[in-house]
Amino acid sequence: MPYLDHAATTPMLPEAIAAMSAHLGVVGNASSLHAAGRRARRVVEESRESLARSLGARPSEIVLTGGGTESDNLAVKGLYWARRDADPARRRVLCSPVEHHAVLDAVHWLSEHEGAEVEYLPVDGYGRVHPEALRETIERDPASVALVTVMWANNEVGTLQPIHELVAVAQEFGIPMHADAVQALGQVPVSFADSGLDALTVTGHKIGGPYGVGALLLGRGVTPVPLLHGGGQERDVRSGTLDVPAAAGFAAAAELAVQRRAEHAVTVAALRDELVAEVLRAVPDAVLNGDPAAAGRLPANAHFSFPGCEGDALLMLLDAQGIECSTGSACSAGVPQPSHVLLAMGADPLLARASLRFSLGHTSTRDDVAALAAAIGPAVLRARNAGLAAAARR
Amino acid sequence: MTDFPGAPVSPGNGRLRVLAAMSGGVDSAVAAARAVEAGHEVTGVHLALSSNPQSFRTGARGCCTIEDSRDARRAADVIGIPFYVWDLAERFREDVIDDFVAEYAAGRTPNPCLRCNEKIKFAALLDKAIALGFDAVCTGHYARIVDLPSGERQLHRAVDMAKDQSYVLGVLDADQLAHALFPLGDTTKDLIRVEAEQRGLAVAQKPDSHDICFIADGDTQGFLAKHLGTATGDIVDADGSKLGEHDGAYGFTIGQRKGLRIGTPAADGKPRYVLDISPVNNTVTVGPAEGLDVLGLTAIRPRWCGEAPAGQGSYTAQLRAHGEEVPVTATLTDGELHVRLATAARGIAPGQAVVLYDGTRVLGSATIASTERRQVSA
Repeated sequence: MPYLDHAATTPMLPEAIAAMSAHLGVVGNASSLHAAGRRARRVVEESRESLARSLGARPSEIVLTGGGTESDNLAVKGLYWARRDADPARRRVLCSPVEHHAVLDAVHWLSEHEGAEVEYLPVDGYGRVHPEALRETIERDPASVALVTVMWANNEVGTLQPIHELVAVAQEFGIPMHADAVQALGQVPVSFADSGLDALTVTGHKIGGPYGVGALLLGRGVTPVPLLHGGGQERDVRSGTLDVPAAAGFAAAAELAVQRRAEHAVTVAALRDELVAEVLRAVPDAVLNGDPAAAGRLPANAHFSFPGCEGDALLMLLDAQGIECSTGSACSAGVPQPSHVLLAMGADPLLARASLRFSLGHTSTRDDVAALAAAIGPAVLRARNAGLAAAARR
Repeated sequence: MTDFPGAPVSPGNGRLRVLAAMSGGVDSAVAAARAVEAGHEVTGVHLALSSNPQSFRTGARGCCTIEDSRDARRAADVIGIPFYVWDLAERFREDVIDDFVAEYAAGRTPNPCLRCNEKIKFAALLDKAIALGFDAVCTGHYARIVDLPSGERQLHRAVDMAKDQSYVLGVLDADQLAHALFPLGDTTKDLIRVEAEQRGLAVAQKPDSHDICFIADGDTQGFLAKHLGTATGDIVDADGSKLGEHDGAYGFTIGQRKGLRIGTPAADGKPRYVLDISPVNNTVTVGPAEGLDVLGLTAIRPRWCGEAPAGQGSYTAQLRAHGEEVPVTATLTDGELHVRLATAARGIAPGQAVVLYDGTRVLGSATIASTERRQVSA
């Protein structure tokens, strides 16, 4: 089954499964004082230390969460609340328009309910935020900016952001910055210390770890207002009984993902380049979205628009042939919407709906690419014909 | 149908590639399951018809909520078929909702379900399905398709006369019918619910949908007022004497008795009904019940499920959804259907469809353009 949707989720690594399942049958609340509790706590703390090593952070900077969405919400809402509470003038949230919905909708919620003024940073045709654009936006009124949030790598089109340059600008003005590195981790080097970021989101299941666990990396002086109140775990920022097996599985996956990253990036990029070439050979007028330069894009990402097709029809035709991919855009109401990422990049709405994302991962093979290469041409022909048929009988 | 390179190979042996339209209700779920059991290769599709769906259903009204979409998805999972949501909201708005409003504005009484079957389910959806390699569209309508040895395909009423939906399918032409699958026509609704239960479908006891799906609160008048605004006009009797005022002629349906807000009672003390709606001068004419008696009608835009009937023929006709059958003689001349009713029928409005039957067989339908009423004095 050619699985070309690793950006949605990727198979768990055997080592992560082993690390996780080793603790599933063992009792112990990491907050308990007795021997079982100490045992559990030890697993959590060793996992935290391992994650810290993998992510270029200190153990105390790792706040374990229930996944990427929670980390993004905690960062965006928590930092906004904290900064606004310290100075009511800080109302501006600067955000790229190509963020994942976990950031975008959190930011939108702040504007609807918490008086935030959201400003979307301009992006270029690849969906990239330029440091000068951030500077200009901040300079309009630096004192009113609560935080900046820009993702490390885009989940749809794979565009890498100049995170270090953006952080440098934010730091000049003393403004905290958050980045969602859910897609970046395991594909490009991610070091929290080197980044200079105040907050960084990562998650387990995109790197071969378990679902339902992630982390928000927080600089030591950074204290967002919590979303979850309770037992005061995780620096009082994220209450809730610690998930011992998940922490162990996540740490094991992160360690391997980082250890294998350089080699994986080279092989997966070669496979991706082959995929792009094959798709363009089968469908010469397909448009590769995002940065065509290898240095500017995730090595495992390929994202195309197929003019004249509906993405969902194409997805169905490929699915029927066992090829699993994604339109890449959220469909919250079950209704396919044109991707906000492509629209922000200036794409025509019709072309935006004609798009598919193919994302590779650690189990991808040349056979997967060959299967897609064989299926994509006929599927596009058929989807185009369906588009014409829909327009004909009116 | 032209075949394209790389077209999916039809499975053969009478097996069809079937696209099952799944509303999230019990009927379409069982229909899809039956299509699978019949050996077809089935894919489920939920039609998103509202560009601004509500999160949850309220009672028996409305459809296309996100909850309905999830119910449909869950049913597809249980049945074990792929499932997708197709966005046909724009087509639905243009072809059904806008038409609905325009018809009311013109003083007619449209049936949006017929319109949806003709323009959406068995046009926009069917065309897309065929183009994508499917052979047929399957729905949970209660109606029967009968294939004769001669190869002729006929549409018949369902065995469950209380649930029969052949009236709203009377708009399908032979080509549309050739690509239709109605697996529920031979079963009564109560047995379908039992079957759904047995199949483990969670929608088994979900209430039936009623009313107009795109008017979630059931307030058609309010919906029309929102789209057409208010326009005060006169309520008059057959002589033209003014009896009262209304907020918009579109808010009335021929045969309507309630809500007329006429201060003075009729001279004979009998209730008054809406006899006529004139959008041109925004006037609603009322009168006694006998004035509603329709003896004949002319209908346009005929659509036939098979061969068009030739010459004059004796049939029965259904003149509105859930209406009774009336014996008629019908003649088709120059694309207009002229119908004489053997017994007078009431509550018949232009815009509604007349569907002709020969026994249980649906011959076709046409849209009522004008009616010939019994003449009464005010």
